[in-house]
Amino acid sequence: MDRWTRYAGVLSPIVAVAAAFLVGGLVVTAIGESPFRVYAILFRGAFGSVDGFGLVLFNACPLIFTGLAVAFAFRAGLFNIGGEGQLYIGSFLCAWAGLGLAGVPWWIAVPVLIAVSAVGGALWASVPGMLKARFGVHEVINTIMMNFIAIGLTSYLVINIFKEPAQMTPQTAEIASGHLPRLAGALQAVGIPMPSANPLNASILIALAAVWVAWFILYRTTFGYEVRAVGLNQDAAESAGINVRRTIVLAMITSGAFAGLVATNEVMGFRHRFLDNFSSGIGFMGIAVALLGKNTPLGVLFAALLFGVLNAGALEVDVFTDVPRELILVLQAVTIILVVVGNEIFVRRIAAREARAALADTQAEEAA
Amino acid sequence: MFELAVLDSALRMATPLILTALGGLFSERSGVVNIALEGILLTGAFASIVATYYTGDPWAGAAAGVFAGMLVSLLHAVVSIVFRADQIVSGVAINLLAMGATQFLTWIIWGSSANSPPVAGMAHWALPESWGVLARVVNPVIGHYPPLVYVALGSVALAHVVLFRTPFGLRLRATGEHPEAVDTLGVSVHLMRFSGVLISGALAGLGGAFLALNTHQFVKNMSAGRGFIALAAMIFGKWNPVGALGACLLFGYAEAVQMSLQGRDVPTQFVQMIPYLLTMVALVGVIGRARPPASLGKPY
Repeated sequence: MDRWTRYAGVLSPIVAVAAAFLVGGLVVTAIGESPFRVYAILFRGAFGSVDGFGLVLFNACPLIFTGLAVAFAFRAGLFNIGGEGQLYIGSFLCAWAGLGLAGVPWWIAVPVLIAVSAVGGALWASVPGMLKARFGVHEVINTIMMNFIAIGLTSYLVINIFKEPAQMTPQTAEIASGHLPRLAGALQAVGIPMPSANPLNASILIALAAVWVAWFILYRTTFGYEVRAVGLNQDAAESAGINVRRTIVLAMITSGAFAGLVATNEVMGFRHRFLDNFSSGIGFMGIAVALLGKNTPLGVLFAALLFGVLNAGALEVDVFTDVPRELILVLQAVTIILVVVGNEIFVRRIAAREARAALADTQAEEAA
Repeated sequence: MFELAVLDSALRMATPLILTALGGLFSERSGVVNIALEGILLTGAFASIVATYYTGDPWAGAAAGVFAGMLVSLLHAVVSIVFRADQIVSGVAINLLAMGATQFLTWIIWGSSANSPPVAGMAHWALPESWGVLARVVNPVIGHYPPLVYVALGSVALAHVVLFRTPFGLRLRATGEHPEAVDTLGVSVHLMRFSGVLISGALAGLGGAFLALNTHQFVKNMSAGRGFIALAAMIFGKWNPVGALGACLLFGYAEAVQMSLQGRDVPTQFVQMIPYLLTMVALVGVIGRARPPASLGKPY
């Protein structure tokens, strides 16, 4: 990869985001608001206060997990659209296990629940992985189907079996142990005025660790090498002696584990229980985050932070302008479409450059 | 479970699925995966209510649904055919865009991001009273459903004829199986794929129009996964119009049963899961393997 190509890889998402803001600005202008005012309010909401920035991180946290899930599978050439289902199963199992941990000290309960969350997501993702490896069924349809099955299944369990007694809300009781602390206390202790009501919790640290783990697996382990080899060229990987089927199943399992970790934020850190239908598309937004982050762990982190900024800023936009918060959904969608199209254009440009260079080489040889 | 009311509501539930699944069929038979069906359905629903709201004519609404569906599918076609981007990625982005844009516009037009005010639905087709006995016999049967139900059923037959009995259908299917061969014969692969995707947009948009006009209003995210169920029905029906019809009727029936059971002490979630489970089973091949077109998802 030459330097130009590498810059293009970083530049194209940035250009796409800028262009999406431009499109969003036109939309805002069309409904008679000033785009400068709206964007100023958006960024003020995100960066104008410690509280706002806490919300940015809190919103980014689950997207880091689902983004990593999609990106990891993608590196193996798999499209995991099932993050939504995997995070529901991970979260439900986490809450269920948490209910039974009464009297267990936190330093046992926390690692246990983290493991349960990851295993839940991994289990759910292993099914489409195995169906792909064993029967060659494309994982996209199966992961979509399993999203709906997971939502229905957890909904049934929480409403019919595990509902908190004497409550109207379809949710479980509070987990008995394994709470992750909010960060406000610790930040106040070092002089950062984070309001105690801010929901940012220790799950963000797990998310940052997950980014490192994903990077380490992909670039520093044999398994990661095999994942990338299978993703680049299955046949070549096969002839190089890599067990492609095994790699596919394990990549899906790892991917699902990342998605399952959403439970650390939702169940262990924030709500302390499983709420029916809580996600509203975190798994799907993970696809967007992974695409924008070019399917690299660090890229996912930045993309999730950007989406966190949009989500946190949207609240202020909703309150202080005539523009509905749904503007950010439009911004996010336009960004992805532009990233996708931009990517293809860059890739084709590079291919054309290489072809020209190769032609020039041959001509030079002929001349000599 | 087999009461007339349930069967009646089953056909209504199946109608948007039938139209959307047929749409998916045309796109996928030409070799383009269309995950965007969900977003197209939603946009069609939204556009139909906007047009009906301003004109007072639900048929204008249906036309707007078709038009909007084609517009969204055009975006999918340009991104995935011209720019050769990943078709699934394009579909995911379009679904997101449809969700955001319809809520955004609902707020702009009606000042609520949740739903539109009620609009008129379609008058049911019926023979005039002056036809006497004939009207009295026929009307209780056909005068019972919104006209688009018949349009949907008619579309199944039409889709079958177009796909399997016309040169266009042959070329479309060939494009999905072996685009190189089609290209060699001098037929434009891009043209065939554009046609397939645009037809899918028109049909799914009409499906959305039925969904919204049948409830007389637009509600945010009212597609509620129906685009994916239609996709499932298309697969379960083995990429065939008649098979898709059967699957849609089955899935529509499951939805109707689930609705009739609501409020009673029955776990309706399991009824809801039936379409998804059946589709996975069908793909694995327990009840006759469902096989996608050979070049599905590959840009040309």
